[in-house]
This record gives sequence, structure tokens and C-alpha cells, in this order.
Amino acid sequence: MEHIVIIGNGISGVTVARHVRKLSDKKITIVSTETDYFFSRTALMYVYMGHMKFEHTQPYENWFWKKNRIDLVKGYVTQVDHPHKKLLLQDGREIAYDKLVVATGSKPSKFGWPGQDLLGVQGMYSKQDLDQLEANAPNNLSCKRAVIVGGGLIGIELAEMLRSRDIPVTFLVRENSFWDGVLPGGESQMINEHILEHHIDLRLGANLGEILADENGRARAVVVQETGEEIPCDMVGLTAGVSPNIDFLRDSGIELGRGVKVNRYLETNIEDIYAIGDCAEQHTAIGNRRPIEAVWYTGRMMGEALAQTLCGKKREYRPGHWFNSAKFLDIEYQTYGWVFSERGMKENERHFHWRHAKEKICITVAFDTANNQFLGINTFGIRMRHRCFDRWLTEKRSVDHVMEHLRDANFDPEFYAQYEAEIVAKFNSELGRDITPRKKSWKRIFTTA
Amino acid sequence: MKAIKNTGLVIFLVGLAIFTALPVIGTFKVERASFGQMAEEQGFAKSELFVQAMQNSVVGKEFEGMPALSPLVTTALETANSQYRKNKEYKKIIYTKPNDMALLIGKKSGNGFIVHNKGLMWFLTFGLGIVGALMFILPNVVLLGKKGIKNNGIYLENSTNRGWIAWLVFFFLVAFYVVLYFAPQYAVNWTYLVDPISESLSGNPAGHWFVYGFMYCVVMTVMAVRMYIKYRHNVYQVVRTTSVLFFQIVFAFLIPEIMVRLQMPYYDFKNAFPLDYDFFFQWNLRELTNSGGIGLFILVWGIVLTLVIVPVMVYFFGKRWYCSWVCGCGGLAETLGDPYRQHSSKSLFSWKVERWLIHGVLVFAVAMTLMTLYSFFSETGTVLGLKTSGVQNTYSTMIGAVFAGVIGTGFYPIFGNRVWCRFGCPLAAYLGFVQRFKSRFRITTNGGQCISCGNCSTYCEQGIDVRAYAQKGENIIRSSCVGCGICSAVCPRGVLKLENGPLEGRINPTEVLLGNDVDLMEMVNKK
Ligand SMILES: Cc1cc2nc3c(=O)[nH]c(=O)nc-3n(C[C@H](O)[C@H](O)[C@H](O)COP(=O)(O)OP(=O)(O)OC[C@H]3O[C@@H](n4cnc5c(N)ncnc54)[C@H](O)[C@@H]3O)c2cc1C
Ligand code: SF4
Ligand code: SF4
Repeated sequence: MEHIVIIGNGISGVTVARHVRKLSDKKITIVSTETDYFFSRTALMYVYMGHMKFEHTQPYENWFWKKNRIDLVKGYVTQVDHPHKKLLLQDGREIAYDKLVVATGSKPSKFGWPGQDLLGVQGMYSKQDLDQLEANAPNNLSCKRAVIVGGGLIGIELAEMLRSRDIPVTFLVRENSFWDGVLPGGESQMINEHILEHHIDLRLGANLGEILADENGRARAVVVQETGEEIPCDMVGLTAGVSPNIDFLRDSGIELGRGVKVNRYLETNIEDIYAIGDCAEQHTAIGNRRPIEAVWYTGRMMGEALAQTLCGKKREYRPGHWFNSAKFLDIEYQTYGWVFSERGMKENERHFHWRHAKEKICITVAFDTANNQFLGINTFGIRMRHRCFDRWLTEKRSVDHVMEHLRDANFDPEFYAQYEAEIVAKFNSELGRDITPRKKSWKRIFTTA
Repeated sequence: MKAIKNTGLVIFLVGLAIFTALPVIGTFKVERASFGQMAEEQGFAKSELFVQAMQNSVVGKEFEGMPALSPLVTTALETANSQYRKNKEYKKIIYTKPNDMALLIGKKSGNGFIVHNKGLMWFLTFGLGIVGALMFILPNVVLLGKKGIKNNGIYLENSTNRGWIAWLVFFFLVAFYVVLYFAPQYAVNWTYLVDPISESLSGNPAGHWFVYGFMYCVVMTVMAVRMYIKYRHNVYQVVRTTSVLFFQIVFAFLIPEIMVRLQMPYYDFKNAFPLDYDFFFQWNLRELTNSGGIGLFILVWGIVLTLVIVPVMVYFFGKRWYCSWVCGCGGLAETLGDPYRQHSSKSLFSWKVERWLIHGVLVFAVAMTLMTLYSFFSETGTVLGLKTSGVQNTYSTMIGAVFAGVIGTGFYPIFGNRVWCRFGCPLAAYLGFVQRFKSRFRITTNGGQCISCGNCSTYCEQGIDVRAYAQKGENIIRSSCVGCGICSAVCPRGVLKLENGPLEGRINPTEVLLGNDVDLMEMVNKK
């Protein structure tokens, strides 16, 4: 029986294992070092905030693995010996494989800042990081201030976490507006305001200079590079992005770039070795996507695709339309298709932006000025239906069509105020159109492209 | 703000302490005249032994607290009855239960501060409780900060994470229900507090069920205020909470009392069989058929409600229209029980237990009702060798009192707020069938957006592992879902939406989620 070994029990490794099990009778082993069982990394914040216990972040009950004959090995892989098709674990164990899937995820990036390895300085990626945070910042008596470095999605989550325990937070963001490399200006601005509303000391255009130590080797203050200001603190969170967790593969002969280099079939340069999830790097990016896609959904989709290949139905990783979501404190964000920030905007891309007069609600719709084609939407504080946008993107609908049928796409809970009329009115006046939004139609929602 | 909260807590606890002390304090004196009158009116003059015993040891004496008086009454009654049983003088046996007899006598003999200061005592218990609780809750408008999901600290706090406070609440609630169902004589002092209210509604002094009904409304109202604040960003929750509150206060509490005043049968128009398990009991059918037009109307309404209205509404809106918009049990669970919703077990094992139990209770309820009807029409007391009244009593005690009451509410702080609705309610089981197999209701999963975080499953009061469906891109179609909408509210990625739509495509098993390669999706999902 063929033995499939997967390194990493994150979403990508587990997805591939589950699908291989559905498709075949192969022997499956997952080797991973962080935790005994798969858990949802995206939910770590809720454990610290007291919304959930750690066990709630585990999507499957513990009996699931045995029942599905997925063997779990807890251990750290130090070496992949591909000529002999075996793995070497830190504790000396060896595991032989027929096919190997590398799904080792990411680790927090550090940029050689002075003091980055002091006590009280940490990233926010793993279960261990969570435990460390519990030690570094249990409450606002022992952690009188925390400084977070890096204004991305994990940074703002960490800020929210600390604020849930009333710990004062200073948030150093390199950009001049929050996440403005990704978000268009209007949205980024709204999030800036929302961050301040949550009493987070947001410092835009501020880089970390160095972290100062006290006599015990603990972080005691952070120096801002631009101003030289010293901010006393008890904890420093480094959240300036993540990078593939592949150091153990350095001398393995597997081709590496920033991540494990793979082709469209998720194959590495070495036969029978594949890489998926955060740690995989495409030789050439797929469409507008980045070569390394460090998000939950893509890890899962790579797993879904690779399982087919492993079970003899060779298949490219060919993701559909881009989508993503996040939550900035109280504001939910969803995106479908491509909406670029001013910095990354394509030549023909034009944006229509609507923002609610009082509430923190807004949307940005991107379309092509040449042919009026709808390119994508960012929505804040309004939930939208994935299905509708996916279909409109496939059908290459015009932005007018999308506006006309926007009600179909509303996914907010029942009785919520609806803003389609207002949105379309603004669209009409701004672009000189005369669109009347149509009533929601189940029939349209359910037709598939 | 914190200071107001803390003061509120203290005031609330003082009110609660007085309320809790009431069952064991107070002065009772059974006057000779009123005892004689009672004996005549209640027809227990026939039991000379009991009357004799009472004359000797109770009548004319003063007692401090029910614990002093009650045992004398119950022993006297039991001794008298057993003597008559031995002598085969069955006519002289009193069938009133000893505890109810103690309640009856107790209620007539209250004497002293509590009885003479009902208004003041109401204020010192209910009043302080309400004021204190509101002082504790209202500052949250400010303290909770910006609107949005506010679950911070739920698992870090003793009271909501099964700590000692939760256990204390558990014991308190269980004890309260035990008194209510099994030792009502100790509730006598409570009834005095609400006598004025009861008299103004139905014209009668309050019984212990009136206390319960009144308290139910008060607790729901106060905790609804908490819901309004906590979920103020979520209109669905606000509307739904208002609806359950309305049905509880108007339909379950006010209308039945007013009907009594108008000489009509006491009836809660929204309480559907088989939750209303004694609807077809002989005594109820007799009462209804003897009450003229209104009785007949109730009889027809009760049958139509269960056979037509309930399933049709479930077809259009899902079982939520009843369970989390109308029902009283659901109403308490959604208000008082909300802080505990996360404790329902999500394990597959619990789901198995749930299916056996709830369907078992449904079968029990239906079988009992068939027996009852057979007995009623054929005028026999036994069916297939089983005594109908025995079966009815078993159901009333085990299901009606222990399961729905003591366990159903008492277990909130430890096992979550819908123990009864999930494991026991026969009506929920019936609604569940309709919802599962023929209904427009579903919780739609938003394509591929789920990040498996688990908030939805954690906060599902019905113990549904919502995530298990959402992370596969599947809609959630479960017979037990009461449509509370909290899974949708807490989801940080906007994945879930409760909605009513066409039957086609409602159940959508998927393996590969939206967002991936369309050909792959087609190939895998079509299989
Ligand atoms: C706080 C936080 C919030 C996030 N929120 C979102 C979000 O909202 N939406 C979103 O799309 N994405 C989010 N992400 C990103 C998302 O979690 C990742 O993209 C995803 O978890 C990657 O999955 P993976 O399976 O590739 O790797 P991982 O989940 O990182 O799993 C890899 C596993 O392999 C183990 N491992 C690594 N090396 C070895 C070795 N040599 N031997 C043995 N085991 C090894 C690691 O310990 C780890 O357990 C978030 C990430 C974080 C940290
Ligand atoms: S599935 Fe959602 S709506 Fe249904 S009972 Fe659970 S939390 Fe409520
Ligand atoms: S709360 Fe939302 S994102 Fe989290 S597991 Fe449930 S459906 Fe998925």
C-alpha cells in the first residue's frame, strides 16, 4: 500500500489527507510538531480573548483521525532524505514515504531589528505564541503597554486581542495609512478611524528602530526609527508579515526560493515530493495572485487539488476567482475579484466608492474603464454572497449589471438595513447612469453560470 | 460605571437573599374559624382523623416558618389516610397530596409582617432584584464599547466558564424548581408578594404557579434588556427578543389570567400540543367541553394549532418561528440562558443521545395521549393493562417537572441553555421533522468563506456543529436548529445567513468549495 506522508497538520496538510482518504485506501501519515491535532490557526485570537477554549478551535473530534485511518505523528522533521525516500525526525525516528507533501506553513518574519530576540518579544502565529502571549501579557497590571510592529491582518488581530484585556497598545505601522498597500484609500482611512475608536495608539509612517532591554534581558521599550521616541512597554509583538517555514529543507536538494518552488501541479523539482499551503511558491504567479499565497482558503484549495493528483487523477492547481475576508476589530471585510489599492491599480481600473454617512460601512467596486467590465468588490460592514460575485466574474458582467442586481448579493442577516438603493443612486450620479436596482430574485441567485 | 455595576450587584444579591430566605421564615397561625371553613370548602371534613390531628397540634397555634408547620400537616394527612386505608374506609381518604395540603393551609394562615406588608416585601425581593439587575446591566451600553460581537472574557470568567459561581447558580435554580414542583408549601410566602398583582388580574389570590409566571416575565424582561444591549448591532436579535418577550407576557401570562377573571378556562393560546402535554387529559377535555363556546373554540384551536398552523409555519419559516420567536421555554433560554449558550456539547455522542431522547419523549407523549383519548372515549381507566392515570403521572413528573423544569432550566449554567429544547421537547422533535424534510428554511453557507474558526459551533445553543457544515461549504439543515441566529451573528467572516428560500438546492452536499477550480468542483461535487 502506498504511503503518503504529510509534514504539517495545518489546513492544507489536513485537507489533502482527508481528500486522499475519500478517494483511496492509501496509508496516510501526518507528521507535525506544533500540536497533537489540527486546529484552526485563524481562531487563536479568540482563545486569548476568551470567546473560545483552545479545544473549540479543533474542527474535528479526536476520534476522527483514527476512524479515518489518518496516522498522526507528533515530531519535528529535521531532514528529508529523498534518495532513500525517508524523513528524519528530531527525536531520531525515521519515517519512510512513497509520496511526500510539504505543508509546513509559515513563521513570523523578523528583519534583523536590534533586540528582536529579547524576552517579551514575540510573533503571533502558533499555539506556542499564544501560550507565550498569555505569559507576556496576562493582564494590564503586568503588561502596562504593548507595542505591535507591523500593520497587517495579524497585527490588527493582536491589537484587538490585547485591547480585550484593556492593555494599552501602541501600533507601529510603516505605511502612511493602515494596510494601504492592499486597500484603496477610502477604506484604509475608515479603518484608521476605527482603530483610533478602539483606543489603540496608532502610529502611521512609523518603523521600529530598536527594542531596548532591561537588566534581565526583557524588552522594556521600543524606539521609533523616524522620531527616536522611546515607548516604554512590557511586550512587543512582531507582526510584519510571515515567510515560509522551510529552513529544515535548506540542504535537502528540494528547490527553494522564498518558499518551496512548485509547478502548477504542486510538484517540486524532486519526484514524489509536493508542497502546498503557505510554504509553497509558484514558479510564476497565477493571474493576479502572488507566487506565495499565505491565506487559509488557498491552502485548502491546494489540498483539494493535490489529493486528486496523489490519487492518480493528475490535476493542476487552478484556483477560481480570488476572494478573501478578514475582520478589523468590529468591521467585517470581504473581497471578491480584484480591487487594488491606488499603489497597485491596473491601467484601466477605476473605482466606485460608497461610504455610509455615520456607520462604519463602505464598499469599493472596481471596473474596467475600457469595457465597463466588473473586476471586483471590497465590502466593509455589509456581508455579500460569494456565489453571486463568483458568477458575475465568470460571466464577465458589466459593473452596471452588478449594480442592478446588487440586492441578490446581499448576505446580511434578516431585518438589517439595506443600502443598495443608496449605493446605486450614488453610482448613477457619479457615473451618469440610470440604473434601478432590481428586487432580489431567488431564481437568479440559484442559476449557475 | 464599574461602581454602578457593583452597587447593582449588591442590591440584586440583597433582593435575592431575602427572596431565598422567605421559604423558611414568616409567622403562620391557623385560626379555628378559617380551618373550619377550609375543611368544609375543600371537603376534608370527611377525614375525622385528619381534622382531629390538626385540631390537636396545629389549629390555634403559632408557627415560625413553614418548616415548622408543614411537617405537622403532611404527617397528619399521611397518618389519617393510611389508617383509613387499613380500615378499608376509602371514602374518607383525602386525595390531595400532603404537600399541596400544607400549601393550602399555609396560604390561609400566613400572619405577620410578610402578609401585612405585601407591597414592601415585593419591593424588597422583586423590586431590589429588578433595580439591582438593571443597574448591573445598563452600564454595559457604555462599557461594552463600539457595537459588535461582545464575547470577550466569556471563557475567562468564573460565572460563564463553569466556575463556582456557575455551580452556585445551578444549585439555586435546581432548588428553586424542586420547591416549585415538589414542595410548593415552601413557596407560600412568595405567593403573598404577588397577591395584589394576581388579584388585579384574575381576581384570585396568587398560587405558586402565578409566582412562577410572574417571575418568568420579570426575569425575561430584565434579561431581554441585556440582550438588547449585547446584540444592539444585530437587528435580527433585537426583533426576535421583542417577539418572545411579547408572547410570554401577553399570551402566556396576561391572557390566561384575564380569561379566568372572565370565567373562562385558563389557556395559553400559543402553547401547542405536545409541549402542552395535558391538553387532551380527561380533566382538560371535560373543562373545555363544559365551558361553552370558548371551550369549544380552544379545543378546535389547540388541534388546528398542532396539526395545521405549526407545520405550515415551519414549512415557510423553519421551526424558529416557534422555538425562538414565540415559545416561553425558548424565550427563557434566549434571555436568561444566553450567557450559558456556549456550554451545549457539540460531540457526535451528544447528538446520538439527543436523537434517542427527544424522539423517545415524542413517542412517549403521543402514546400517552392515545391512551388518554382511548380511555376518555371508551371510559376505561386502563389500556393494555396499563393504568392511564399512572402513565400520565409518570409523564407529568418525569418529563413535565423533572426534565422540562428542574433539568431544563436548572442545568443552564453547566450544560447550556437549551437542554430541554434539545433533548426533551416533543414539540421540538415534531417541528424538527418538518424542518428537516419539508421546509424553506436553511442556514446558507457563504461559498468558500469559512475559516473553520469555530465561533459558530461554540455558540450554538443546540449543540450543532455548525462549522462541520460551513467548512465544507454546505448549508446547515438540521432538525434541531431553532434559528436563534447567533451562529450567524458571531461568525467573523459573514459565512452564515438564516433564510427562507426555494426547496431546490437547499440541501447541497459539497466536497470542494466555491472558489476553487470550477472543473474540479463539478467533477467532485456531482458524484
Ligand atoms: C493569527 C492568524 C490569523 C489568520 N487569519 C487568517 C484569516 O482570517 N484568513 C485567512 O485566509 N488566513 C488567515 N491566516 C493565515 C492562515 O492561517 C494560514 O494561511 C494557514 O493556516 C496556512 O496553513 P498551512 O496548512 O499552510 O500551514 P500551517 O497552518 O502553518 O501548518 C503547518 C504546520 O506544520 C508544522 N511544521 C512546520 N515545519 C515542520 C517540520 N519541520 N516538522 C514537523 N512539523 C512542521 C507547523 O508547526 C504547523 O503546525 C491567519 C494566520 C494567523 C497566524
Ligand atoms: S445552528 Fe445557528 S441558528 Fe440554529 S440553533 Fe444553532 S446557533 Fe441557532
Ligand atoms: S464562525 Fe464562520 S468562519 Fe468560523 S467556523 Fe463558523 S462559519 Fe466558519
